[in-house]
Amino acid sequence: MPWSRDQLAQRAAKELRDGFYVNLGIGIPTLVANYIPQGMEVTLQSENGMLGMGPFPFDEDVDADLINAGKQTITALKKTSYFSSSDSFAMIRGGHIDLSILGAMEVNDRGDLANWMVPGKMVKGMGGAMDLVAGVKRVVVVMEHTSKEGASKLLKQCTLPLTGVNVVDLVITDLGVFEIDKHGSQPMKLLELADGVTLDEITAKTEASFVSALR
Amino acid sequence: MANKVYKDAKSALEGFTFDGMIVMSGGFGLCGIPENLIIALRDSGVKGITVISNNAGVDGWGLGLLLETKQIKKMVSSYVGENKEFARQYLAGELELEFNPQGTLAERCRAGGAGIAGFYTKTGVGTLVAEGKETKVFNGETFVLETGLVADLSIVKAWKGDTEGNLIFRKTARNFNPMMATAGKKCVAEVEILVETGELDPDAIHTPGIYVDRIVQGAFEKRIEQRTVRKRENA
Repeated sequence: MPWSRDQLAQRAAKELRDGFYVNLGIGIPTLVANYIPQGMEVTLQSENGMLGMGPFPFDEDVDADLINAGKQTITALKKTSYFSSSDSFAMIRGGHIDLSILGAMEVNDRGDLANWMVPGKMVKGMGGAMDLVAGVKRVVVVMEHTSKEGASKLLKQCTLPLTGVNVVDLVITDLGVFEIDKHGSQPMKLLELADGVTLDEITAKTEASFVSALR
Repeated sequence: MANKVYKDAKSALEGFTFDGMIVMSGGFGLCGIPENLIIALRDSGVKGITVISNNAGVDGWGLGLLLETKQIKKMVSSYVGENKEFARQYLAGELELEFNPQGTLAERCRAGGAGIAGFYTKTGVGTLVAEGKETKVFNGETFVLETGLVADLSIVKAWKGDTEGNLIFRKTARNFNPMMATAGKKCVAEVEILVETGELDPDAIHTPGIYVDRIVQGAFEKRIEQRTVRKRENA
């Protein structure tokens, strides 16, 4: 059985470490906040200008001046700080954020990432994605292994316009987990398989080359 | 004596608008947008505006109002996904669009306001964003040259302000407003609460009044794009 959305988020949460400052993208990455292990201190950054993001508000606590990067209403915590967009991206670009977890359309085995634009379709924009992948210390991608048409999203070469070059460290798909040596020359490594997924199946569904490092 | 306080958004824009101008407009989504100044800009009838703003409002609100009246010639933004009229005009070739990565956009405004002509950033290297731009290697890593931005007019929204133009923002409604306030040749700020000088703590001021030419108190709708709540668990 491939991993569900929640299982993907749960697996991504294993990348969190105590004391980490983390930026979560929209979609499945947002769900990672639900799986922060008990007793672990993780501070969530929202690129619109907030560190220490709390949960969604109760109805009566909704505040139009307090939203996350997905424009959802949220709450603050005791440790929260607010700042401008330029300060926020100084934090991101300057390498002060430990981990970014985000979605993708395509990734290649060198860590190139495409997640903002499909030529011929109305493009909404890259938002903060290019800054995040360029600046954050470790970048983890969470995505479906294949497109709706069944095509591999882990490629030798991305076909869509790129968000960043040599930026992805780890890819978690519904079929397994891959590690990328983005600045080196090691091949992409398969670290884990989802429950019930075989090496043959994941090999058949992966265009990019990789070596098995299953434990 | 110089007076920065205007009675309404309309009078606060008088003499500051002209066809073909470049306007910076603060806000992230609909959070912290200068609602009243956007409406006053629409009502001024000024045309062919280049708007620098992270987003383009929604249909019927924020910068969406200026799109409806076709007063915007070009948008410089990082994300415009919430606006159908925007998509229509863009796909019909009626509207120019320049995408900037959000952090690059913020830094371009900061740089423009600080007299920095350009800066090198890692963001966008090897992507469409860097095409045609100069790159340079520092310590073995490639950076792309981005330029500072300056506008003819910046319109910003703050929570509190005083008659000197000192501004304090609130929560995530700060976003692009402080940098944009510095990068307009003229800057008009609208605030929820306007007080006399001396009533704001000088240590708490985010934007010093030197950047603000005019200030106006307004009433705000503060629309919410994605109202998300959690339920109380019943005991």
